[in-house]
Order: sequence, then structure tokens, then C-alpha cells
Amino acid sequence: MSTTLNRAGLTRDAYKGAATTLCAGCGHNSITNHMIKALYELGVEPHRLAKMSGIGCSSKTPAYFVETAHGFNGVHGRMPALTTGAQLANRELIMLGVSGDGDTASIGLGQFMHMIRRNVDATYIIEDNGTYGLTKGQFSATADLGSVQKKGAVNTFQPIDPCAVALTLGCTFVARSFSGDGKQVVPLIKAALAHRGTAVLDIVSPCVTFNDHDGSTKSYSWVKDHEESIADVSFIPFFEEVHVDYEPGTVRDVQLHDGSHILLKKLGEDHDPKDRRAALRVIEEGRAQGHLVTGLLYVDPDSADFASTEKLPSTPLKDFEENDLRLSRDDFAQFMAEFA
Amino acid sequence: MTEPIVNDLTIQAATVNGSGSQTANLVLTRAIFKMGIPVAPKNVFPSNIEGLPTWYQLRVTPEGHMARKDRIDILVAFNAATWRDDLKSVRPGGVVIHEESYSTADARTDLVYYAVPFSKLAKAKIPSDTLRKQLANMIYVGVVAGLLGIPWDAVEHGVRRQFLSKPKAVQVNLDAIKVGLDYWQDNFSKQDAYRLEPMTGRVDGKVLVEGNQAAALGALMGGVTVAAWYPITPSSSLCEYLIAYSDRFRTDPKTGDKRIAIVQAEDELAAVGMAIGAAWAGARSMTSTSGPGISLMAEFAGLAYYAEVPVVIFDIQRIGPSTGLPTRTSQGDIGFAYTISHGDTKHLVLLPGSVEECYEFGRDAFDYADRFQTPVFVLSDLDLGMNLWMTPEFKYPEKPFDRGKVLSKEDLDRLGGEWARYMDVDGDGVTYRTLPGTDHPAAGFFTRGSGHDEHARYTERADAYSRNMDRLSKKFETARKAMPAPVIDESAGSSSGLIAFGSTHVAVVEARDALAEAGRPVDYLRIRALPLSPEVAEFVRRHERVYVVEQNRDGQMFDLIRLALPPDLIARLHSIRHYDGQPIPADAVTEPILEAEKVTA
Repeated sequence: MSTTLNRAGLTRDAYKGAATTLCAGCGHNSITNHMIKALYELGVEPHRLAKMSGIGCSSKTPAYFVETAHGFNGVHGRMPALTTGAQLANRELIMLGVSGDGDTASIGLGQFMHMIRRNVDATYIIEDNGTYGLTKGQFSATADLGSVQKKGAVNTFQPIDPCAVALTLGCTFVARSFSGDGKQVVPLIKAALAHRGTAVLDIVSPCVTFNDHDGSTKSYSWVKDHEESIADVSFIPFFEEVHVDYEPGTVRDVQLHDGSHILLKKLGEDHDPKDRRAALRVIEEGRAQGHLVTGLLYVDPDSADFASTEKLPSTPLKDFEENDLRLSRDDFAQFMAEFA
Repeated sequence: MTEPIVNDLTIQAATVNGSGSQTANLVLTRAIFKMGIPVAPKNVFPSNIEGLPTWYQLRVTPEGHMARKDRIDILVAFNAATWRDDLKSVRPGGVVIHEESYSTADARTDLVYYAVPFSKLAKAKIPSDTLRKQLANMIYVGVVAGLLGIPWDAVEHGVRRQFLSKPKAVQVNLDAIKVGLDYWQDNFSKQDAYRLEPMTGRVDGKVLVEGNQAAALGALMGGVTVAAWYPITPSSSLCEYLIAYSDRFRTDPKTGDKRIAIVQAEDELAAVGMAIGAAWAGARSMTSTSGPGISLMAEFAGLAYYAEVPVVIFDIQRIGPSTGLPTRTSQGDIGFAYTISHGDTKHLVLLPGSVEECYEFGRDAFDYADRFQTPVFVLSDLDLGMNLWMTPEFKYPEKPFDRGKVLSKEDLDRLGGEWARYMDVDGDGVTYRTLPGTDHPAAGFFTRGSGHDEHARYTERADAYSRNMDRLSKKFETARKAMPAPVIDESAGSSSGLIAFGSTHVAVVEARDALAEAGRPVDYLRIRALPLSPEVAEFVRRHERVYVVEQNRDGQMFDLIRLALPPDLIARLHSIRHYDGQPIPADAVTEPILEAEKVTA
């Protein structure tokens, strides 16, 4: 048990939640642990965190981390609406949405897209296993064409790629990772939380019970064999200093609005994370080559989030009282007189 | 010529949708109101942008009756397509102002016709090509002003008031009205009995307000800070007014910052979801919709009921599906809204019976929602929501917001962090909540549907589930006593009673006058909220026959009352229903009651 206190004065244990009720070996449990690590290391104050989710295995996970934070397990596919509303009510909250591939790409595709359009300041994590776990193994809309169900049925439909969808909608932060790749997932979660605007993080997260067999493209072995990371990601929070000791030209440094930095160390071909069209191309080329491209695909660190475009004041809306919200007696009387 | 008929008439303008006729009708309404005469306008419009027939009824009575009237005194026939049918609605001896080109060769002979060459006048006298179509309607305002003797200063007021935000338009409209007035004076001598004369004392302190304007103002005064909506007739104007009022009253003139977020959502599911998310996070939030939108909100309504999230849902009722009669009025969502969603759900419902109550309930709905931590439905309708109604000026609220049982950081410090989200510590079924962002280690809890214990911990235990269900019932019973009580008038001292709610009220008021005149006075109870007050059953017990009047086919309120009555009282109830899409006229109440009373007498 780590007793080291973070900047919020809390130990790592303070970021734990209830015991998981998911299957042993579920990728989602790894993501929960990555989340705990990221939140602890960032020193997020639990009372400022709002854990939002829809329905499904993935959506249960907010109960398994930061038990002292508020959480809202909503209805299927509607996490974005709840998150949008909560963010408008209190823009000081750190909104952390957790969804799945069914919750996002099937029943919730519309809300997913519209949340991105509005650039609501929230992190949107998709725990993506290509299957419906709680209802016992049906295909989801992210299942790849030709991938095989446990009992042998072959998927005959094109997948919906949440990252490609997000990019076409102008999402201001798009990343993909793998639940087994904590080295990459943790800094991406941190960066997503620091980003202002909607940050979509699609994490392929194998379902050990229904989708971890041969023929699945969301299995541990398939992803391990086919993952192609576009850059090594590290995240330097605003309260730490940046020490760059890489060779010039090998690292890209993206500064976020709060002063934190995402450092991207080139692995293969150089990818500019601020080039949206390049991001789409990287995804498409990876798919053509049978690879799962992971890493930070795109970020626009300077975009205006929804609360800003709505011209909300810095004071959370929930904190206004009668005197701030009602018309004055004079205004009221004058307004009524205009109806005469 | 017969006895003059003064200040007691119904004008109906039959026009073409999208031609600008609504503006002309409103000018006429405001001009007559300026004379001190009570007005009751109703717009009957199609689901269409341009081209289909539309009717505007303007009823004028010295008593201030506000229900729709079936029989028309003065028809302004401006639509060739409907003119033959429109003639049928005019009472014998009535007046028809019509476009000269419509042939009256074989038309009814018991009417007075004034043929006016509207198109020719418009062509000759309105110089602007672009405005001609719109202004042509103003010509009939002038003719009606001449016919009824509306003073020019009242006409001027009507125009200025209507174009409050477009003062440049005042003169061209006045010019067009003058064309009509001049034509009347130069070409006609009065052949009919109808007159308008200025009155005093009947409209003092009164204003003309649409129900949706009133509800928007109410929501603003109730402290709404997040509103999410999806456009749907007849509710759209509620949020559009809210936007306009917020631009004016919630916007910092220096920074442009707004103390409200109004979001046009992608659909009604998202709209109510945003409102629930915002309410959960501590804002006063709302959505506004109509029947089809309510259908889409069903799942979220159930979550909000079980998760105990306060949210206000306005339902401006209309006739059902979008491919039906979406621009016609109805009270058909009562039963649906009351119990909407999966499992054992039931909701608090406010039933405003006037625009003043649209304002008051639109405001107080937020208090009820916060106090009982549950969705509150405000059921208005198209008639109430989209028509102008004469009303006393609204009162400024004297009470502060009731934010209900919310524990702050200081409260939690005081309690040593000992609290449980769903624990009934006060015995009223209403539990304490905390808001996200409360800086206390014990503040957080996990919100989900019905599967939780008192501490908001996940459980599927049978005893915890049923305990929670019983507590929710107890909370509902607490709310039953707190919701607006019925308004009861037993001054008739009759053995017969009448129960109604919502916009049916105005027809009942007028019907009671008529019934009293016919020697059959009836007492009256107006329901203002669901769940039903125990006073409803008491009222039934005090009367031998009770008529429940409503605007839907199946008698939804009749059914709810029957369910709430002890068996020995059920036979006393009789159902009167009106469901043709038009606002209920008084006759639709008077006649069936007279018929029934004849039998029982």
C-alpha cells in the first residue's frame, strides 16, 4: 500500500472504489486501475470529480474507482446528455465519462456525436470490446467486419470507428489505446483530463468471457500482435517542470491550456497531432494494413469549450440565488406593463 | 334595423397561412382591448408554413368570457378556398366582409355582406411590392374598424404595441389600415347591428399574455439556469421566449456572460437528459416539449424518479402524433404523464388553468421539484400556451427559493459526515442529497436507478428494494398534501358539481353562468395538481352528481378520479369530453349537463 501523498494530500488508496463485479481478467478492470493511477498522480480532488456513465459492463466501472466522488450511472447511451447538463450546471467539475462500444456506437451514437459537436469539457472513455457483455455476447457496432463471435457467427457489417467518427466531427482530442498498455493509457487519461473540451479516448479492452477467442479482433492476443503505437506518450502536469533530454526533432511537445504538456516521442513515421486529416489517414492506413493504430491521434489545445461558447460566467450556474436570477421588482413591473 | 349589439360579438378572420394575417389579427385584438373591452383571441392554424387555411377568432364580451365560441357574428373572408364553408359558421343576421371577387350569387340570404376589393385596393394603394401581401391584411383591419366604430387612437395603439420592436413598420401599417377605413367610409352605410363602444372598469390592470410567455417568465423567476429543448409545436415558443427574456434579463451587459444555459438539443431524449444532469449537479433545470417529446422522455423520467433528481418538464399538450393534428389543442397527456416510465413510477403534475397559473406554476414547479427531489410535469396546452389571454398582471414572488434538503459542506461537518442519501430521517419520505463539488470527504455518493440501499450502495436485495419503494410512496403522499389545492366554489349550493382542470376552466366559468340562468346552478372544483387532493373525494361526497369535464376522448381525469374514490361514490361521476382539436366552447359543457339534469330532475 502506497502511503505517498499526492498534491491533494491523498494516498493512492483514496482513489480506489468498490470491489469490481466484472469478470476476472476483464480489460475494463485494467482501465479502472489506470484511471486510479492517473487520477492519483494528477492529484485530482475527489470532490471535484464527477464520474458519469451509461449502461453496460463499462458503465459499471465508475463505482470501482474514487469511491468518495459523485457518480451518476444513467440510462443506456445517454451519458453525454447527463454529462453536458452537469457541466453546464457546474463548470468547475471535472467530468469523467465512461462508456462502452454498445453504449457509444450503437444506442448512444447520436449523443456521442452531438457532445463532440458542442465540445463539452469532459473526458469520454470508451471501453471498447466489440461485444455486449451484460446481455451475453452479441456483436456491437465496433466489431470488425469478418470478426467471429464466440459461437462462430461472423460479423457481416462494417464497424463504426469512434475515433474516425470523432475526428470527422472536429473532436478536439482523439486518442486510441489498449487496456493492456498502461504505459500509454495512463498519460493519455491524464492528457484527456487536462484537455479543455471533449476528449475521446477509445481503449480496446478485451472481453475475456465473450470476445477473447481466435477470430476476434478485440482479443488480447490479436491486439498485442497488431498494435502499432504512433508515438510514445508522456504527460507532464502543469505542476511539474518539463525536462526535455531528447534529440531535437524526435519529440513533439503539445502544451495544453492549463500549462501541462503532452510529449510525443516519434516511433516510426512522424505524426503531427494537430493535423486532423493526417490523423484520419493514419487510422485508415492502419486499418488497410491490418494494424490497430494507438496513441494520441489529434489534439486542438486551443479550442473553446461548450461553457465558453455558451458564454457562461466563471461562477457555476448552480451557485446563483434569487437575487442573481430573478428580475428586480422594477424590471418586473416594467416588463409586465409591456404586456398591456 | 334591429337593436344594436354592443361589445358582444365574435369575429372570425379566415385567411391563408403565412400571409401575415396573424399580425393583422393581433393589431385588431390590441385595438379593441385598448377600448377597455375584454377580448379573447384564438388562433386556429394548420401544420404548415404557407398556403393552408387558418382562422383567427376574436371574441368580445362585456363579461370577459374567454372560451371559444362556435357561432360567428362577423366573418372576414379572406380565403377563397374555404369561403363557402366559412359562411356556414356565421349566425343568422351576422356580417360577412369578403373579397369582392367571391360570388355571393347563391350564398346565404340571412347575412349582411360587405364586398371589398381587397386585391385591387392593395395593388392601387400599397406602393411596396415586397410588403403588399403582408399589408393587404391590414386593409381588413381598417374595414372592421369602420364597421364597428373602433376609434383611430385605439387602432394606432394596436399597431404601435404590435410593432414595439419594429417602430419603422408602424407608419406603413397605419397607412394600409387607413386604406380600409377610407374604403368603408366612402362606400358603405351600416346595415348590421354590431357596435363596439369604449368600456371602463373591465380590463383595468389587465394585460394580454400567451401561456408560453407566462411559463417562460415563471421559469425565469423560479430560477431556472439550465434549459434544454427540442423544437416541437406548440411548446417551441416557451423556450424561444425564455431565450429572448434571458438575453434581456440574464445577460451581463458588460461581459455578455449569461446566467443561464439554454440548449437546443438533438432530440427530446438529450433534452431531458441534459436537464436531469444539470439538476443532479445542482442547477434548477427544465425542458419543454409536447406529447411526442414526452414519449421520448419516458425512460429518463423513470430514472429521475428513482434516482430522485429534481427536474421540471413542461408539456404543452396537443393532439398526438406529428402526422396528426399537431397544431390543435388537447388535454390528452394527463394519464400518460402522470405515470410515465417503466415499473412503479408516478409523478407530480401541475395543471395551470390560466396564464397567471402558467406563470405561478412555471415558477413554483422548481420549488416542488427541489423539495420532493423528483420530476415535476407542468401540463399546459396549445390553447393556453399559444393564444393571448387577458389576465391580471402577475405578482412578484415574495418567497425565496425552496431548494429542498441539500446538505452543504458545513452541514456535513456538523454531522461529522454521518448521512445517507436515501435514509428517511424526517419521516416524510424525503431524504437529503449533496451536490457534486461539495468539498467534504463524505459528500460523494453514486447515483443509479432503483438498485440501491439507504447509503446509495448497489444492492439487489429484496428487502432493501421494497423498503425504498415504500419510502418513495411515502414521499409521494407527502407531496400530495403540499401540491396546489383544488379551487372550490360551492356558492351555488347545488346538489350537482362540476370538476375540470387546465384550459377547460374558461368554458366552465361561462357554462356555470348559463346553467345558473337556466335554473340549474352547479358547484365547481378545479383540480390544479396530481396526485389528487383528498378534497376531490370530499367534494364528490357533498354532491349527488358530479360532471368531470375534459378535453380528451377517454376521460383520463375521470378515470383517475374514479380510482381515487371510495366505491360508494363512483356512480356519482359523469364524464363530459370534448376532443375535436378545437378549444372547448361553453356550450359543450352546458348542453350535456342540462340534458343530464333534465333526466335526474
